[in-house]
Amino acid sequence: MNGVHDMGGMHGMGPVEIEKNEPVFHAEWERHAFALTLASGFRGRWNIDMGRYSREQMPPAEYLATTYYEHWLFGLEKLLVDEKLVTANELATGHAEARAGAEGILRASEVAVFLRNRRNARLDDDVPPRFKAGDRVVARNIHPVGHTRLPRYARGRHGVIDRDHGVFIFPDTNAMSRDKKPQHCYSVRFAARELWGPEAAACDSVYVNLWDDHLDPA
Amino acid sequence: MSDSVHEHDQPLSGPALRVKALESLLTEKGLVDPKALDELIDTYETKVGPRNGARIVARAWVDPAYRQWLLADATAAIAEFGFIGRQGEDMVVLENTPKVRNMVVCTLCSCYPWPVLGLPPVWYKSAPYRSRAVIDPRGVLKELGNEVPDDVEVRVWDSTAELRYLVLPERPAGTEGWSEDELAGIVTRDAMIGVAQVTVPAESRR
Repeated sequence: MNGVHDMGGMHGMGPVEIEKNEPVFHAEWERHAFALTLASGFRGRWNIDMGRYSREQMPPAEYLATTYYEHWLFGLEKLLVDEKLVTANELATGHAEARAGAEGILRASEVAVFLRNRRNARLDDDVPPRFKAGDRVVARNIHPVGHTRLPRYARGRHGVIDRDHGVFIFPDTNAMSRDKKPQHCYSVRFAARELWGPEAAACDSVYVNLWDDHLDPA
Repeated sequence: MSDSVHEHDQPLSGPALRVKALESLLTEKGLVDPKALDELIDTYETKVGPRNGARIVARAWVDPAYRQWLLADATAAIAEFGFIGRQGEDMVVLENTPKVRNMVVCTLCSCYPWPVLGLPPVWYKSAPYRSRAVIDPRGVLKELGNEVPDDVEVRVWDSTAELRYLVLPERPAGTEGWSEDELAGIVTRDAMIGVAQVTVPAESRR
């Protein structure tokens, strides 16, 4: 979706300010928004791409006016209701109408293993690549209303395949319908001038990870 | 940190209230175990952080064979240290040279290599960095005190897939003969994201 989360190239957001000796969390509620999101995801009722898409659906004015873990909280509440782990009424009242089964709950003793396990965005499927390193490509000029990992600033732009990373889940369909649609994921090099015009430095470039379904031969 | 101290004696508001209500609901429903939440928080607050990545960089600086392995198969070379799992499933290491600077961003969200750097800092997740890193990397680097000469190439890497990047900064002059531990001590988080270079702190100069 052409949402406000797709920020690459926007102006007016202000200076980058690095906080010295920054703590991992800035408030107790941030710790818990983070942990609740990971622990709820343990049930496997949604995938990482659905998680990202849930945050992207925060209304744009609200997205810009709130902090990072408020985006997470919005996404978590939405997923819990959409995937029917919690009813809208339970969320509104704060009181449980029914209890979940004990299976699928993340226990403290399982946390270390849970965090170390691979989640396998990389797949073993034998899918041939459409491109190889050095091929000239053009990113498709598409504007899906759902989730996509093709940033707006790269659409319609010409680039070169830098490397083929192998076969991965395709997030654009995995977020919308849990269709993994296995295909090759590449690093595509775009010259800074191709993206931003003659004011950009001639030698600079931006590398974007894109999938076969994002690209056409140029 | 001071926020959390104050929260105990002030009424909760906004997100703090919502998170507390949600945690209470999910606990009552049997969907989360509060002890697991504490364990998750403790892991990222005390066990995982940029010291992990600094060890990788230091090893690559002293051991040419490890450096080659790291550049060819970062996932395996980093797993050698036990740094694996969530948000670091597939790793790519980007080598800085006198002629090339690499800089990592996630314009669409906040992708970041947790096992080697911990959770991302606020600025990395912020609208200013996400919007500007791709269109004006030199301006951002200059503001951060890291101006790039015209004849040095800047490569920005937008983390749009389940691949996570770690920048291998240049080893600073004046560190010849340093031990791996000493070298790891001067490698910063910002250098491994690619917005700073590693320098020798005045107190460490010999």
